[in-house]
Amino acid sequence: MCLAIPARVIEKKEHDQALVELGGVRKEISLALVDDVEVGDYVIVHVGFALTRLDAEEAERTLALFAEMGELVATADAS
Amino acid sequence: MKFIDEFRDGQLARGLGGAIAKAVDPARSYHLMEFCGGHTHAISRYGLTDFLPANVRMVHGPGCPVCVLPIGRIDLAIQLALDRGVILCSYGDTLRVPASNGLSLLKAKAGAGDRSGDIRMVYSAADALKAARDNPNREVVFFAIGFETTTPPTALLIRQAQAEGLKNFSVLCNHVLTPAAITHILESPEVRQYGTVPLDGFIGPAHVSTIIGSRPYEPFAAQYRKPVVIAGFEPLDVMQAILMLVRQLNAGRAEVENEFSRAVTRDGNLKAQALVAEVFEVRSSFEWRGLGEVPDSALKIRAAYAAFDAEQRFNLRYVPVPDNKACECGAILRGVKKPQDCKIFGTLCTPENPMGSCMVSSEGACAAHYTYGRFKDAAVA
Amino acid sequence: MSEIKKNYTRPLDILNGRVDMSHGSGGRAMAQLIEELFLAAFDNEFLRQGDDGASLPAMPAEASGRLVVATDAHVVAPLFFPGGDIGCLAVHGTINDVAVMGARPLYLAASFILEEGFPLADLQRIVASMAAAARAARVPVVTGDTKVVERGKGDGVFITTTGFGWVPQGLALSGSQAKAGDAILLSGSIGDHGMAIMSQRENLAFDAPIESDTAALHDLVAAMLASGAAIRCLRDPTRGGLATTLNEIARQSEVGLMLDEAVIPVRHAVDAACEFLGLDPLYVANEGKLVAICAAADAERLLSAMRAQPLGKDAAIIGNVHTDPHHFVQMQTRFGGRRIVDWLSGEQLPRIC
Repeated sequence: MCLAIPARVIEKKEHDQALVELGGVRKEISLALVDDVEVGDYVIVHVGFALTRLDAEEAERTLALFAEMGELVATADAS
Repeated sequence: MKFIDEFRDGQLARGLGGAIAKAVDPARSYHLMEFCGGHTHAISRYGLTDFLPANVRMVHGPGCPVCVLPIGRIDLAIQLALDRGVILCSYGDTLRVPASNGLSLLKAKAGAGDRSGDIRMVYSAADALKAARDNPNREVVFFAIGFETTTPPTALLIRQAQAEGLKNFSVLCNHVLTPAAITHILESPEVRQYGTVPLDGFIGPAHVSTIIGSRPYEPFAAQYRKPVVIAGFEPLDVMQAILMLVRQLNAGRAEVENEFSRAVTRDGNLKAQALVAEVFEVRSSFEWRGLGEVPDSALKIRAAYAAFDAEQRFNLRYVPVPDNKACECGAILRGVKKPQDCKIFGTLCTPENPMGSCMVSSEGACAAHYTYGRFKDAAVA
Repeated sequence: MSEIKKNYTRPLDILNGRVDMSHGSGGRAMAQLIEELFLAAFDNEFLRQGDDGASLPAMPAEASGRLVVATDAHVVAPLFFPGGDIGCLAVHGTINDVAVMGARPLYLAASFILEEGFPLADLQRIVASMAAAARAARVPVVTGDTKVVERGKGDGVFITTTGFGWVPQGLALSGSQAKAGDAILLSGSIGDHGMAIMSQRENLAFDAPIESDTAALHDLVAAMLASGAAIRCLRDPTRGGLATTLNEIARQSEVGLMLDEAVIPVRHAVDAACEFLGLDPLYVANEGKLVAICAAADAERLLSAMRAQPLGKDAAIIGNVHTDPHHFVQMQTRFGGRRIVDWLSGEQLPRIC
């Protein structure tokens, strides 16, 4: 069950609620399933709840890996 | 949109496509199952098969909770709305699924005979709780479906209802478990017939894994010698995961790897897991549409929360309802047949008039093929 | 003793008053509602006649052509949304239906079904919006009707508008005329109207709210026709979105269509809102956009004519027509692969999976 989106926490509210933002769109969701989330963190949101925090460094690493895979092929082709 | 657009970059896609083409062994074929409906959707929506070499075949698994929801369970929800007059709250995807007597939740909402159901679509489980607070003199039932991603919100809901002392709220629980379904696929009749299951590896679900972690997949890799790569939802994630599976298979490895490292850890979300364990327990058996009875594959509400269990509250009796005899969903869900192999695909069975689980939701194998892949069959024909 | 004014009628209490059953009964209360609220707003020579119908001038003999009529009911909820309301929507929608036939819109008729209890202040706001839209479009509302239904039997107000127009002889636009090689043009960004509505319903908030694109397209159409481009058909992609309209044309013309996702304009906020709710902008309603199919050789000329108009400044050539016995609408995705853009299955309900 899957449709979930990465969104940035822009405001924490009471009762575990928070305001998140994606591409300029804001919605109030619940942080009840995750601990230690701070404003500025990215979370994965599903049916109105944050499921986990998104690790921005890991994301960058993953993107770099994609690029590396492509380059390996390109350099192999060139040689 | 951050963390979305970068993972849909067309140039990186070409690079990864090239890498996959280089990595595959032309002498063999690779049958990879993407378990999760969200991945099926991504493959279709971005035309990922255009990037894959011919000897890599993606098999669509049963990871679509709407698709595997048995007709009989929807009948229970319709009964509650029509016969017991409850306010029935449901996620959108479930509303159109055809059930018995020519009804669906949507049709029951419109009316059947001289009754109509007060059936409301909710985007979030919390909306169902709100309906209960706003209507203290009516019974409100939340029709809960989903894999492990959606279960923690339901658990929270029940805990919250208890904390607030709500007397008019309950949940009709249809939550199902991913590892059990994967096991079932790996132990299907075809295994006995062919000695092996025609699947080489799995793309593990993205968001289910954020909750359960990567650890639960380790027995599959160890016991059945099938590699599992957990992938994020964006098309580049899926391509990278395919590359990682191809590499493992070439090297004869069978490990659990995590491509979705930005959101998945080995342990998963322990807080969510604890919450679920507090409210739910495993059912010894549960019917999956297309797969039949699957042991230890679903959850029910614990005795401590019985007041919030609609099945107990309303004394519901489950009656299984078989699918059309010509329906090949079972075989398709296990990866042994393709949608095109089904006699009624595209004729009797279409997204408008789905006869079985694979056509019911846009992520079912047949629906995805009908919507996005049909033109490819036509091109060949 | 104070003077008692003769012929004094207490004016409608627009501020606090509500529609009640007497406003639909045909008696004095109804006449007052019509006069003080509707006629005051729409005021024109036809309405001033005060008859049950409007008597319209015949087209002069030299202007050979055909009469075009279109009708549309409007049941949108909420009634007021960013960028518009049910009133201007009702005017624009029917003007557009007439315009995409290639006709010059001339007159509108409007009928209202009011729910008992509906605030007069809201009704006045809606009617004022309609009148402003009609005046801006230079298409008068020449006749109308009002009914009142009991509380609970109507969603505040339903509005039906019927539009009349005149299409010159020799111009015969039709969805059945698309030919292999033709170009597909779109006048601007998709998904704005539907997402403006959905976002209100789903409590999404925005830095810059998504506004409905509701607009009257007849001036854009006139400029397009005047360009001399060989236009096969015009359509406005309303309910069901661009995907539905293109599938209709493909089926009617018995052709296939190929789109280029990278050039289909979608506003950033619409994209993000769709992402949030699991919707596909291709299937989301528009109320101020049109699709044109024209001969390939004329595509650039038509595009220039569109871009010179305020409602066409973001126009783009989004694809072309080809032979396809299956009449599929296909799209080259931004990502690189190809996909089908199929008919909508049922209502596009927000996915959770």
